[in-house]
Amino acid sequence: MLTARTENQHRSQKTPALGLRLLLFAGLSILILVIDHRENYLDAVHRAIDVTIHPLRVIVDAPVAMWHWLGETSAGRNELRLENSRLKAERLLTHARLQRYSALEAENTRLRAMLEARTRVRDEVRVAGIMSVSANPFRHDLVIDKGLNDGVYDGQAMIDADGVVGQVIETGLFSAQAVLISDPDHALPVEINRNGLRTIAVGTGEFDRLDLPFLPNNADVRQGDLLVTSGLGGAFPAGYPVAIIDNVTRIPQEPFAAVSAKPAAKLNQVREIMLIWSIADEDVPETPE
Amino acid sequence: MTQDRASRRLPVVACIIAALMLAIAPMPDWASPFRPDWVALTLIYWAMMLPRTYSVGTAWIVGILLDVAQGSLLGQHAVALCFVAYIAVKFHLQFRVFPVSQMTATVFAILAFYQFILFWVNGVAGVNAPAVAYWGPVITGTLIWPLLTLFFGSVRYRARP
Repeated sequence: MLTARTENQHRSQKTPALGLRLLLFAGLSILILVIDHRENYLDAVHRAIDVTIHPLRVIVDAPVAMWHWLGETSAGRNELRLENSRLKAERLLTHARLQRYSALEAENTRLRAMLEARTRVRDEVRVAGIMSVSANPFRHDLVIDKGLNDGVYDGQAMIDADGVVGQVIETGLFSAQAVLISDPDHALPVEINRNGLRTIAVGTGEFDRLDLPFLPNNADVRQGDLLVTSGLGGAFPAGYPVAIIDNVTRIPQEPFAAVSAKPAAKLNQVREIMLIWSIADEDVPETPE
Repeated sequence: MTQDRASRRLPVVACIIAALMLAIAPMPDWASPFRPDWVALTLIYWAMMLPRTYSVGTAWIVGILLDVAQGSLLGQHAVALCFVAYIAVKFHLQFRVFPVSQMTATVFAILAFYQFILFWVNGVAGVNAPAVAYWGPVITGTLIWPLLTLFFGSVRYRARP
């Protein structure tokens, strides 16, 4: 009897408390949502939680990183073994050389592509790795392994060897989140390299297509035109290749033509990207890569 | 006593941390819209089984961690998970006696509700996402629920003192 009553009391106490707790926490979440959406008072909180989350990212990234590291070390051992066999048999030597040459050739073309991208612009460029961590399901984004500690800042432009990849949106201490140019909410001020016609390239949510919704039907735009950053938005320095026009459909009854372009960067295949510091900023960190 | 409680909590906390890691684990591009809501599923189970220990507060903390980990708006997953935990705790006595099929259908409804809150917040904040980003996790989450309960059941059985 007594136990039944206490149980009852307990239950009657518990139920409103649960609803109250829901109200409290949901209200708090909504408050945080509004503040986080409109202001940036919560950046410090964000960073503090981000540091606590970072170990999880490292652990998640570890198997892939380990796989790459294993690949590297076994390749090194292979090279040693091949070098050894080169002393022993000539047939094996040619074979080994062929193998090494193909690897070197691939590396060389990659480095050349990087160097070319670097000399083309007079900005400070630094390589960052991409962590194998997937982020927001509602966005096209990625996580890089450089953060505030390395001088990364919000809005920083990212490129790969072929063109613009995206920009940093959220900087943690040791890592940063970046949005790709293919994100549906990302718009990038560009110009057509051939004639300097300026417009805006908007992401579509597909990795291989950008839309240019603001080109009038009589605009001088052709298939194969190269789009480069115009530098107007302030986030991206001017002159980086962005995309190549692959489809122009002029619709007579509409004010704007339907123009789409294929990004120059391989947005869904990048393993490492380059972060750009504009030289004028003077706050390029001194740590060498 | 406290040590005993800590040792009982450890498996559940480990489950939640594992769910957070699965939520940011890399997936191929075609599969990423179909990533189950690991965190939501885990919270449904534990809030249902241990409603006094894991309730709205836990859900809120985990939600904030998930928000930061995924880089979504701070509070988005927190508010959605609060409601999920609330439903799970509120009806835990019914849910526990549900047969698997009925529980799976309920989980479908809860997950759909969860995604609806995320969709709502996205809509207010102006984030565009394709419909598959919302429905994919609901479907895979529902499909994986029966297996997940088996796994969590064994964890619970082992964690019992």
